[in-house]
Amino acid sequence: MVFPLCFALFVVGLYCVLAKRNTVKIVIGLAVMEYATNLFFILLGYRKQPRLADVQAPIRVSVANLDDFFFKAVDPLPQALVLTSIVIGVGVTALALALCIRLYQRYGTFDIDEMRRLKG
Amino acid sequence: MGIEIIMTVIMGFTLLGAVIAVEIKNLLSAVIALGTVGMGVSIAFLFLMAPDLAIVQIAVEALLLIFLIRATLKPDIRATHAHIHPVGLGLVVLLCLGLIVFGFFAFQPLEFGKPVMAQRSEIPSSHYLREGLRETGAANIVTAVILDYRGYDTLGEATVIFTAVIGALTVLRAKAHRKKGGPK
Repeated sequence: MVFPLCFALFVVGLYCVLAKRNTVKIVIGLAVMEYATNLFFILLGYRKQPRLADVQAPIRVSVANLDDFFFKAVDPLPQALVLTSIVIGVGVTALALALCIRLYQRYGTFDIDEMRRLKG
Repeated sequence: MGIEIIMTVIMGFTLLGAVIAVEIKNLLSAVIALGTVGMGVSIAFLFLMAPDLAIVQIAVEALLLIFLIRATLKPDIRATHAHIHPVGLGLVVLLCLGLIVFGFFAFQPLEFGKPVMAQRSEIPSSHYLREGLRETGAANIVTAVILDYRGYDTLGEATVIFTAVIGALTVLRAKAHRKKGGPK
């Protein structure tokens, strides 16, 4: 049930991007889609244990008992890639917002249809 | 309490925040609701044993909220029509409902809590977990991956961030398009 919920979050963002006319709302939809994708990758890398406290973050706290760590730690690779993805996402969102602010200064509105009409 | 219940509660909260952020009229309220989505995702990262990601997510979320509030804090924002043309809106709603049904069935066979790493032992994740401390000297395997095994990836990330910042500064520059001899 966890993966369909994550996908539902993605679809909410997609709906926002497709159906809204306000440019800031479109940027919000992009951000929601980005969150859903990042969360999906981390959900894929989770390793379940019988007890919740037995799951380990991929951080070696002791040099000994390698096997214990190897069988209890969650997958470190999606975490490393998503760390990159989060930072890139904020850069992309900031650039999109800069475009929104510029368009507002130029046309005095956030509405994409009105912008098209004003442009003629 | 199982991890599935915790994740379902957190993601229900996140989904609620996302729907409010999408549907509310006031832009500032939408931005605050988006902030709750980011914080919910950060808490989910904590429960999924990804503390580095939770820290980065909170820091990035604060930064993004500042940008978004800067973009929406205008005294003279007029209300816009919320949606696109009715026919297009109907098509989009149909598409999204279809996608949700598709996702419900498509993600059923995917079992939560069993990563590929646990089923096959020769993939890179297993190697990182087993040899990461010995080969790189970093106790945190995530740090070992981003700064050592996949350092070029991080270099590319820095390039993308640099490009995005340069682009944003160029777009927001006060004196735009004024060359010598050009139109005043």
